[in-house]
Formats: sequence, C-alpha cells, structure tokens
Amino acid sequence: MSVLRLTTATLAKDFRLEWRSKDALNSMLFFALLVVVIFSFSFDPNAEESRRIAGGLVWVAFLFSSVVALNQTWAREVRNQVLDAYRISPAPSNALFLAKVIGNFLFVALIELLTTPLFIAFYKLRAVGPAWQLFPVAALGTWALVVNGTFFAAVSIRTRSREIMLPLLLFPISIPAIIAMVSATTAILTAEYSARFWIVLLLTYDVIFTVACLLLFETVLNAE
Amino acid sequence: MAAPAHTIITFNNVVKQFGRFIALRGVSLDLSAGKLYAILGENGAGKTTLLRVLAGLAQPTRGTVSMLGTSDLRTVTREIGYMAHPSMLYDELSARENLHYFAALYGISKEDRCASLIQTVGLDPALSRPVGQYSQGMRQRLSLARALIHDPKILLLDEPFSNVDVRSAREIASLLGQLRDSGKTLLVITHQSDLLAEVANDQVWMERGRIVTPEERE
Repeated sequence: MSVLRLTTATLAKDFRLEWRSKDALNSMLFFALLVVVIFSFSFDPNAEESRRIAGGLVWVAFLFSSVVALNQTWAREVRNQVLDAYRISPAPSNALFLAKVIGNFLFVALIELLTTPLFIAFYKLRAVGPAWQLFPVAALGTWALVVNGTFFAAVSIRTRSREIMLPLLLFPISIPAIIAMVSATTAILTAEYSARFWIVLLLTYDVIFTVACLLLFETVLNAE
Repeated sequence: MAAPAHTIITFNNVVKQFGRFIALRGVSLDLSAGKLYAILGENGAGKTTLLRVLAGLAQPTRGTVSMLGTSDLRTVTREIGYMAHPSMLYDELSARENLHYFAALYGISKEDRCASLIQTVGLDPALSRPVGQYSQGMRQRLSLARALIHDPKILLLDEPFSNVDVRSAREIASLLGQLRDSGKTLLVITHQSDLLAEVANDQVWMERGRIVTPEERE
C-alpha cells in the first residue's frame, strides 16, 4: 500500500475536518494575535531594540499557538475511537504520522503568514541582513516545532491531562531548535553575525528528529 | 482435544491484565468458520476485551490467540472487520466521506463499493449531512458498513443493537444473518440475546473474565 497515497488521503480528510470545524485555525489565530497585541502594549522599543527582541517574540508566539493546533491533531482521532480503526487496518503508521505533520506544518505556516505582517507593523521591523534567509529559517523552525509536537501529542494522547502534558514534553526537547530559530532570526534582522550556523543546526535538528519520530511512531500508535 | 478442522479462531489459555485488574482469566475457546456467535454476559465480564484482543488492539498478557492459522494477528488485519461500541466515525464527515477514507486505508478506491454498502445497511447514499447529526441507529448502521468496507472474513461486533429502536435492531440482526449465510464468521457482543435467537449458531457466556458453560451459570 502506497505511503504517499495514504498520506494524501489522510491529509485531505484532515483539511476537510478543519475546514468544517475550524477548531485549530481559529484558536491559533486568536492566540497569535493576542500575543502580538499584548507584547506591543508591554514593550515600546525603538527600531534597533525591536530588531534584537523580535526573533524571540515571534517564535514564542508561534510556539505557543502551535501547541493549540497540536493538541487538536489527535483529539479528533481519539473521539469515537476512530484511531482504533486506523490501528486495525493494514495502513502503515508512518502515513498517518506524515499526514499529521504536514497538516500541522501548513496550519502553523498559514498562521505565520497572517500574523507576520502584524509583527512587522507593530514593531516597525526591517531586516538589515539578507531577508530571504528568513524563509528557510521559518520553514525549518516550523517543521522542528510540528514534527516533535505531533509526536509528543501522540505520546500524551491517552493521558488524562494531555493539554498540560504536551508542553511539558515538547518545550524541553525543543530548546536547541528554539535557540537556533531565535538566533538565526535575530542574526538576519540585525546583521551582527551570520545566520548560516544556526540554519545548519536547525536543518540537522529537523533531520534527526524527523527520522527518530518516524522510527518510534508505530510503537507509540500501538501502545495500549 | 484437537480442534475441529474448520476452526478459524483459537484462544489458548488467554489472560489479559490491566494493572492489577484481570479482564480475561485463562480463556480457551475454538470458533468455527461461517458461524455467528453471540457473546453474552454482564457488564465487566470481559466481552469487549475478548474482541479487542482478537482485533489486535490489545495484546494478551499470557496465552496465545490464533486466527486463520497464524498467531501474528497483524498479518491478518485485512480479514477482520471490527465495530466497537463507539462509532469509530468522524462526526464532521458525511457517510460517504467516512467510508471513502476508511476504504483508502485498505487500498480500496471503488466509488460504487461505498455507495452499495451504505444501501446494504439501509441508509441513503445521497445523504450529505454530517454523521454527527445522525441518530444512534443510523450511526450503528454506518459503523457496520465501515467494518464491512474491505469485505472481511471475520466480523467482530461490540453491541451493534445498543440505543437502537426495535425495528432497526431486527433489521440489523437480519443483516447479520445474511452475512453469516454468505460465509463470514461473526462474533457479536450483545445484552439483547433474543434479537440474535434466530440467527446465532452458538452462544458464548462470559462471567468475570471466564467462559462459562450453561451448567456453571446455573
């Protein structure tokens, strides 16, 4: 059975579910907007200070709002025990995992696209360094958040307080990625140092954790 | 004693423990192909655990289960259809959308298969409203269609008549009889044994995790 075909079928199903319920997108967007507005009220930085702190603010906002989507990812599958229907089918578990990761990546990327102009407007941001590098940093950083987030959301799926369990598992393991995302973004915005090292670090992190999650997901899925 | 030649499922001294709770206490059972078994017993007797072990959703703590000649149940998932007590359906999707997705899990992409199954269980294939708006009886029917989507040899049904009106329950029971007649083996958990009286070939009674004979029950 083709992993690609099943990934596509699961992804299409998830988009349809999200389009009809809008559970994840609405809560993520609301949360991200709230962070932008609250931060802008809390700080009144000049252009130079904005460039130094914006990397941290942006990624903290995206990290917290992505947790909202990640919690929704598996909640739908647990409702009505639909996940058991997948478990007893011959469909490969990696197709399910990949579909969830890609779906979450696209949802979080959409929220990033919608809220980044607001960050730029509120903090009067302008990149001094090579602005095009922000695209690979955003893509690799978002992937780092969702690949681990999707995996740990699956780990915490059967725990009683999964909303609390997910950040407890996800945040510590994401620290290297968060440092790399924030440092790379700050490097591009300020041009004080090169972002290359941090981008390579992010790429390495993504490869290692994507492979590890794919290898371990079947065990997590079939845990009783 | 050697199992009959047409035995399709064998439980051999199966124990299933959840922490300190023992759900199955040394269950040994041989089930023959092409028959409909009613699994009966009070709540907490271990009926659902028995089906979950068969479906491969729970691993026995001790003992072995073999099905279609293998004890590696992962290799025979294609031959098992499982209908749990919850619907195992997406509330936001229509009947057809649900079946399309579950058909894809088995590599089936035939549009007419979904439509004909929806009709077989007595629903309207043109119905476009989401399953979340269905009555309990309609959900049970669709859940049965989902379990049948890949035309399995063995059907495991957990309380298919619960919260269903009498007429619908009789129709479902009659459909189960037809499935048995078509050569499928069915294990049906129910508290309404009278509904299966006409179609069941045998009854399996469970009490506190054990299979009990009629004499033991008395």
